[in-house]
Amino acid sequence: MKRTSDVAALEAICKQTRRRIIEMTGAAKSGHPGGSLSAVEIVVTLFYDVMNHDPANPNWPDRDRFILSKGHAAPVLYAVMASCGYCPEDQLNTLRKLGSPYQGHPDRRFLPSLEASTGSLGQGLSLALGMGAAARLNGASWRTYVVLGDGECQEGQIWEAAMFGAYHKIDNVCAIVDYNKIQLDGFIKDVMELEPFVEKWRAFGWHVIELDGHQIPALQKAFAEAAATKGRPTVIIAHTVKGKGVSFMENNPKFHGVAPTPAEVELALKELQ
Amino acid sequence: MAANTKFELKLGPATREAFGQALVELGRENPDVVAVDADLSKSTFTHLFAKEFPERFFSCGIAEANMVGVAAGLAAAGKIPFAASFASFAVNKGFEQMRVLVAYPNENVKIVGTHAGISIGEDGPSQMAVEDISLACSLPGFVVLSPADEICMKAMVRAAAAHKGPVYIRAGRPKAPVVYPAGKTFEIGRAEWLREGKDLAVLATGLMVAQALLAADELESEGISAAVVDFCTIKPLDREAIFRAASMGGIVVAEEHLVDGGLGVRVAQAAAEICPCPMEFVGIRDTYAESATPEQLLDKYGLLARDICAAARRVLTRK
Repeated sequence: MKRTSDVAALEAICKQTRRRIIEMTGAAKSGHPGGSLSAVEIVVTLFYDVMNHDPANPNWPDRDRFILSKGHAAPVLYAVMASCGYCPEDQLNTLRKLGSPYQGHPDRRFLPSLEASTGSLGQGLSLALGMGAAARLNGASWRTYVVLGDGECQEGQIWEAAMFGAYHKIDNVCAIVDYNKIQLDGFIKDVMELEPFVEKWRAFGWHVIELDGHQIPALQKAFAEAAATKGRPTVIIAHTVKGKGVSFMENNPKFHGVAPTPAEVELALKELQ
Repeated sequence: MAANTKFELKLGPATREAFGQALVELGRENPDVVAVDADLSKSTFTHLFAKEFPERFFSCGIAEANMVGVAAGLAAAGKIPFAASFASFAVNKGFEQMRVLVAYPNENVKIVGTHAGISIGEDGPSQMAVEDISLACSLPGFVVLSPADEICMKAMVRAAAAHKGPVYIRAGRPKAPVVYPAGKTFEIGRAEWLREGKDLAVLATGLMVAQALLAADELESEGISAAVVDFCTIKPLDREAIFRAASMGGIVVAEEHLVDGGLGVRVAQAAAEICPCPMEFVGIRDTYAESATPEQLLDKYGLLARDICAAARRVLTRK
């Protein structure tokens, strides 16, 4: 992989990632394209610019850790990890098929370079904070990044973990909430409102950065700010658009957990040229 | 093999206390051993570890799901975390985390559930784990340990730390009758054949091991020769010991747990596969207990030597 901080180069990788997400979920005929597309800039910026990691040496002890707590967005992680060189790009379209490294939700047994098997919402933040605590005990400088879904923040365990992270001052963990405002049953506000969301995280003692999760320069700046923030963990509330990049998927609850049809794949790929 | 001398009931430390002491000893030897607890450290005895290694102890507050998750994260980064709480909270409230964050990725986490069974007494059913063995055994890859006394617990805590993978350790609240001499060695997966017998075998775990030994003495005075085997490891099950017990032609299983899904069911399944024989089960029957002294509860819910003897006599009528 070629690391880069160049915004135009990162945007090109994002577009390629979106194409892969569409192709993968289209080939699988199932999956979660909407919440994968909303997290593209977050994941690409982390893997290509921010994180210290080496696809040729996935067990490098001092690597930064990445956890996709919203495991249903597996396609975005698979697409990015494959393009980085962790796993075969030519098998991406085996997503969700028997024996594929690309299981329906991230599964370390099939893809050992994953940091975590996820899929049951609410759990990744606790895991990240445990990793952060271990790094601190070891005097190591690696950081842990965890991407949470917005609907996922309805889980009580997230707030148990939020208390834990602030109380134990685990400042080497950065959480990013992909705040696309939609969950499976519909719009967040119609299922279980999260607002006032930023205030909640602040009240729980976290350093909060609010930004447009599709603006790469804002993400780059926020990750630098998180790394420089000492004494408390950071959460980035990333306002995003579910289905981002494909007009008929954007802000459409249907595409939380429904794959595009072959005709929709064709249309979407045209838009993503 | 111990000679069949009469068992004398002598109380030693509670297994939860033995756990806490063993954890400190382990902590001194291995800097990677860490502990997490959910506001019960004085009861689970992890406070001993917290006092000596404050930087390696993580108080989670009353939040068991997060506690198990944090332990998984610590393990993923190379630590050997012991996560302790009452068994009823650690396992029931942390179960989904034990499943997805520990069992599924085969993470090196040790869950310790104290105050298991109904012998906690006055606090009542909300605090009594009577289903923890069933739940822990349902998790692929989990080792499930249920030591009977201090000596066994201390050895098993050490064995758990040396074992790479998920372990659940069951501990009790009351002082535990001494079963083993100092220096006795244990192995994960090996049942301890405590007493020879000819007519049937009593397979027991935890506090019921002492009751089984008392029962064997009583049966002997009636001319019934009962072997006693301690299943200090419940998973993986010692199938050789079960074969040997079943070959005697009758088995009684005794546990301080619901009979549904506990040691008895697992033994019966193994015996059905390798050597079916008449069996009886001493345990809690499809109910929750209540507040009372531990002695009153063990009496009322049928978990005494007397109840094991009655089950043994029933087995013999079916041989």
